[in-house]
Amino acid sequence: MPQSDVQLDRIIETFEFLDDWEERFAYLIDLGKKLPSMEAADKNEANRVHGCQATVWLKPHLAAEDPPRLEFSAESDAFIVNGLIAILLSAYNGRSPREVAEYDVEGLLKRLGLEEHLSPTRRNGLHSMIGRIRELASHAANGTMEKPT
Amino acid sequence: MFDLDAVRAEFPILQQQVHGKPLIYLDSAATTQKPQCVIDAVRAYYEHDNANVHRGVHTLSQRATEGYEHARDKVRTLLNARDRAEIVFTRGTTEAINLVAAAWGRTNLREGDEILITHMEHHSNIVPWQLICEQMSAKLRVAPVTDSGELDLDAFKSLLTGRTKLVACVHVSNALGTINPVRELTRLAHEAGAAMLIDGAQATPHLRVDVQSIGCDFYACSAHKMYGPTGIGVLYGRKELLEAMPPYQGGGEMIKSVTFEKTIYNDLPHKFEAGTPNIAGAIGFGAAVDFLNRIGLDQIARHEQSLLDHGMSLLEKVEGLIQIGRAKEKAGAMSFILEGMHPYDVAPILDYAGLAVRDGHHCTQPLMERFGVTATLRASLGVYNRREDLEALVAGIEKARTMLL
Repeated sequence: MPQSDVQLDRIIETFEFLDDWEERFAYLIDLGKKLPSMEAADKNEANRVHGCQATVWLKPHLAAEDPPRLEFSAESDAFIVNGLIAILLSAYNGRSPREVAEYDVEGLLKRLGLEEHLSPTRRNGLHSMIGRIRELASHAANGTMEKPT
Repeated sequence: MFDLDAVRAEFPILQQQVHGKPLIYLDSAATTQKPQCVIDAVRAYYEHDNANVHRGVHTLSQRATEGYEHARDKVRTLLNARDRAEIVFTRGTTEAINLVAAAWGRTNLREGDEILITHMEHHSNIVPWQLICEQMSAKLRVAPVTDSGELDLDAFKSLLTGRTKLVACVHVSNALGTINPVRELTRLAHEAGAAMLIDGAQATPHLRVDVQSIGCDFYACSAHKMYGPTGIGVLYGRKELLEAMPPYQGGGEMIKSVTFEKTIYNDLPHKFEAGTPNIAGAIGFGAAVDFLNRIGLDQIARHEQSLLDHGMSLLEKVEGLIQIGRAKEKAGAMSFILEGMHPYDVAPILDYAGLAVRDGHHCTQPLMERFGVTATLRASLGVYNRREDLEALVAGIEKARTMLL
């Protein structure tokens, strides 16, 4: 079980415990504020995730273990988006490329009730991030991912 | 007498709650809400008169044709065009501009010619010109905007040269609310020998527009920003220019006769209305024009100006709020950013407070870049807004501050 599962379980528990939108939003914002910053140099065009209205950068790192594990770092210029990133990273980080590809993120979003609280454009942004993560995972699985710098 | 409560009562959509809070609609620059008379006109058309226009002599076809053409007359009167042939129905402002870019541009532009736009244009008044400039090897020039969000008139004049074949300029900026001096700009364009197109999408809901008094060659607007339906708008074009232009699209309606050897095009305005038009939309548009006339555009302008002044002075006092666009002449919209708070974070918090406010680049990315931002929040006004809507906006912003900072 990846380390991040512990954190993800805590997020799910908190979401289920909070019962109104305002508290959940506040929690999402809080998660966003606590998201570790990316290296300034990594916030470049190559790492940009397009399709989000906010500016989002996402960088993969393949840890040299057996089997190899993916670790993503990501950041946005908006707190709520950073909150969503925090959830995605805790769901995906530490998994093998294959596990990332197969991970039921839709089930997770449904469980958190997030989709219904996001506007369609923001949902599109979230799905752009998920699409990029899956794309990077499939590159990693095929060994076509660029060497980490 | 202007009775705001009575006006509001005409808009059924406003009588609802969003997230348990009364809806406060401050996004009329994106699209206005529709009064009952417009909804009824569209409904009555489908219930009683629906048929294809300009075809057949049966009663329904005649009624549909009359309704459609009567709507054209109403729009002609509203814009004070000389001739009903100068009023071409389009899908909206965007299609109207594309029509001119394609049909006028293809026949009038030569290599090295220039089209002059401004830095505050909507993408709809940028991209069609980029496309035609590329095709015709013409150049797109951009007149700059000052820090207060006004057109830099001196720079505009210096960019206007013998090479300029057309000036395309927004009447009222959707992102900033700036009202451009379109009469003067038209005079300058004509002195330089250039044609003048005005994007009036954000002007026609707020101001009385008289195309003859402005003197422009083309004027484009959209019904849905004028309390009418979506998917219908108008291109006003001076008859001489429209007559000299080739058709934009081919199909039914726009022809007189077709053989495989030669097709004779229909007269104006039908030459530019290929295919079955948006008949219900046009009829709804006509009803919206009636609505504007009944309330009175002068009355609407007075009411909205007083709201705008109130809103801007309220926003002025909000800590960390920076208004983008402080032009002396403004209509309809207030754009702002908040220090330390991303518009994308603020907008959903406002939404949960029942406030419909737009966040984003408002389809004006070059303008956003000019002001060093990627997005703003924009509160925009309609005839149905109240002073307390703006007070609720400020309360919503304060709420966002406590949640975000």
